[in-house]
Amino acid sequence: MSKPHVIVIGAGFTGTAIAHDLALRDFDVTVVERGPIASGTSGRTHGLLHSGGRYAVKDQESAIECIEENIILRKIVPEVIEPNGGLFVALTESDLAYKETFIQGCEACGIPVDEITPQEALRLEPNLNPKVLAALIVPDGTFDPLRLALSFAASAKKNGATYHLFTEVVDMLLDGQGNVTGVKVWDRANNTRYEIHSDMVVNATGAWVGQITQMAHAHVPITPTPGIMVAYDQRLVNRAINRLNRPSDGDIVLPQRRLAVVGTTSFSIEEVDYVPIDRSQVDLMLERGAELIPAIRQAKERGVYMAVRPLIGASGPGRSISRTFKAYDHKELDNVEGLVTITGGKATTCRAMAEKTVDIVCQKLGLNIPCTTAAAPLTSYREFYSR
Amino acid sequence: MWKITYRVHRQKGNEPPHYETFQVEVDPEEYVLDGVEKIWASEDRSLTFRHACHHSTCGACGMRVNGVEKLTCITKIKDVVQDGGTLTVEPLRNFPVVSDLVVDLGPLYRKMAAVQAPAVHALSMTPWEGQNIAPPADIPMRSADEEYIRLPDCIECGICISACPVAATDPEYFGPAPLAAIQIQGLDKPELLALADSQEGVWRCHSAFECSAVCPSNVDPGRRIMDLRRQVSAKRLKLA
Ligand SMILES: Cc1cc2nc3c(=O)[nH]c(=O)nc-3n(C[C@H](O)[C@H](O)[C@H](O)COP(=O)(O)OP(=O)(O)OC[C@H]3O[C@@H](n4cnc5c(N)ncnc54)[C@H](O)[C@@H]3O)c2cc1C
Ligand code: SF4
Ligand code: FES
Repeated sequence: MSKPHVIVIGAGFTGTAIAHDLALRDFDVTVVERGPIASGTSGRTHGLLHSGGRYAVKDQESAIECIEENIILRKIVPEVIEPNGGLFVALTESDLAYKETFIQGCEACGIPVDEITPQEALRLEPNLNPKVLAALIVPDGTFDPLRLALSFAASAKKNGATYHLFTEVVDMLLDGQGNVTGVKVWDRANNTRYEIHSDMVVNATGAWVGQITQMAHAHVPITPTPGIMVAYDQRLVNRAINRLNRPSDGDIVLPQRRLAVVGTTSFSIEEVDYVPIDRSQVDLMLERGAELIPAIRQAKERGVYMAVRPLIGASGPGRSISRTFKAYDHKELDNVEGLVTITGGKATTCRAMAEKTVDIVCQKLGLNIPCTTAAAPLTSYREFYSR
Repeated sequence: MWKITYRVHRQKGNEPPHYETFQVEVDPEEYVLDGVEKIWASEDRSLTFRHACHHSTCGACGMRVNGVEKLTCITKIKDVVQDGGTLTVEPLRNFPVVSDLVVDLGPLYRKMAAVQAPAVHALSMTPWEGQNIAPPADIPMRSADEEYIRLPDCIECGICISACPVAATDPEYFGPAPLAAIQIQGLDKPELLALADSQEGVWRCHSAFECSAVCPSNVDPGRRIMDLRRQVSAKRLKLA
């Protein structure tokens, strides 16, 4: 029998990690992406390699996934990660009151947490607000979004995956019973249209999964919830600086090359392809970011951008919905065979999302092939273009 | 809101290139890339362009704006056009055009791999910091044997290659970003010395400094090439 052929729609973190997992498990893999790599939500991510600290109190399932995957990504793709750790800092009495709950949460989730004195925190991060009352160190990191996706994509390519970039899925190929047998695509670079047949289609289109499931007369419950990030022109910190309190707007400042990036917010929208910038949110990022790092007020704004979270849940805005990912077999959901949808999650957990998705693909095709991505170092991101 | 005209380079498959104009309503505080994305979202779904991070860290969105190389995600519309005016966007030069505004940066990535450009490096390895930035070596880690790791300044955007008059005539020339990547590492590795001191290395540069004028990411490749020449000469003297 020839290798089973799987089409992956979408080349963000999720799609590229799935392509890599499928290729390692020896599938014949075709990736279809309407833009370049990571041109959806993934490229526009804040870039925090979560330790899980952010979720350790309210969403421990997510927190445990984060710390497990954080450790794995540091090993398999070190060349896109600044592994410098993160600080959770208390600036007010209310922050201080949260400290014990936070430490207990981290301990329950297996996240190493270490309290340092305010003096030590200021020695490590001289631009921190001098009013710091308490500081905790966790193994956060930061990553380069495009290069993380490219590393997965390059590794899949090395193992035989084929890419159709600038190629949009415009319809599903269905058999007489309404089961999915492939996709109809439009190559936007050459303005041509063609069909690709497959044994299985994986829908990894993030905030756009609903458009794909609709083509197959299937459905999936997700809420697109964008957030804003603002980049300033100075590298004012060397590690992730988080506010020690319940997650809220503008409570993380990250280094990216010579920049400091403040994020983020969370609200609901209808139209996902073009999300205009709301200047009041830019002002909010400056105000909130400057509480953590006052020198941000002296830095210049360099870039403002929005990204859309594909949060799982039927309705209502962001933060209370679980950020854990879900893979859907549309045979079970809508009686449509041949289509699996994966959405939700985080950049940090993309490898685990891929593992779970490909497990479902294997199960559906009656195959028993174990996942090996947790121990397989990725190829250099440069090889995606140079190969 | 402003009403402006985007004049966009279009090219599909083997068809000859042409320019197409789009009237767009934009907030002048938005970036040139936002306008391009808006045209794609609401005017013409066939428009292709490269982008990912939208905040100058990935190097995907380099284009020529009114004839000058720019990172379009951090180039504000109000800085390159006036209300009612026209702005022209074209793909980078000196790379193969894939379609519309998309070029193939493969040649640059191959060269960056050939010169072993570090994908991450120690903080102290960034020898020239910008204004108001503390010298990197002064920032301590928790214990003396740990060092901060950071992503380099060069985002591998290819903008310097597009602006380089030598790259325009000689595709084999290593070019600004790869030579700057050798300079950052120094010449202790013999293979790097050989590349820097070759036909297509530092001596090919005409010192036009166009690269440094357009580099959006503080690399200052022109100055680094000059420094690398000095390093190569010093090595030659030592070896002689
Ligand atoms: C504001 C914000 C900040 C975040 N910060 C962090 C963070 O710091 N750390 C972290 O771990 N996570 C973070 N996340 C979460 C993370 O970015 C997302 O979970 C992740 O990027 C989702 O990736 P994806 O591949 O599922 O979706 P996407 O990256 O959106 O990929 C989907 C792809 O499908 C393509 N596509 C859509 N329709 C079609 C079609 N018809 N045909 C072909 N292709 C199609 C799109 O072009 C796109 O490239 C953040 C999210 C947001 C919104
Ligand atoms: S040296 Fe500057 S212009 Fe050249 S690729 Fe690097 S960042 Fe871009
Ligand atoms: S989109 Fe990443 S540098 Fe502009």
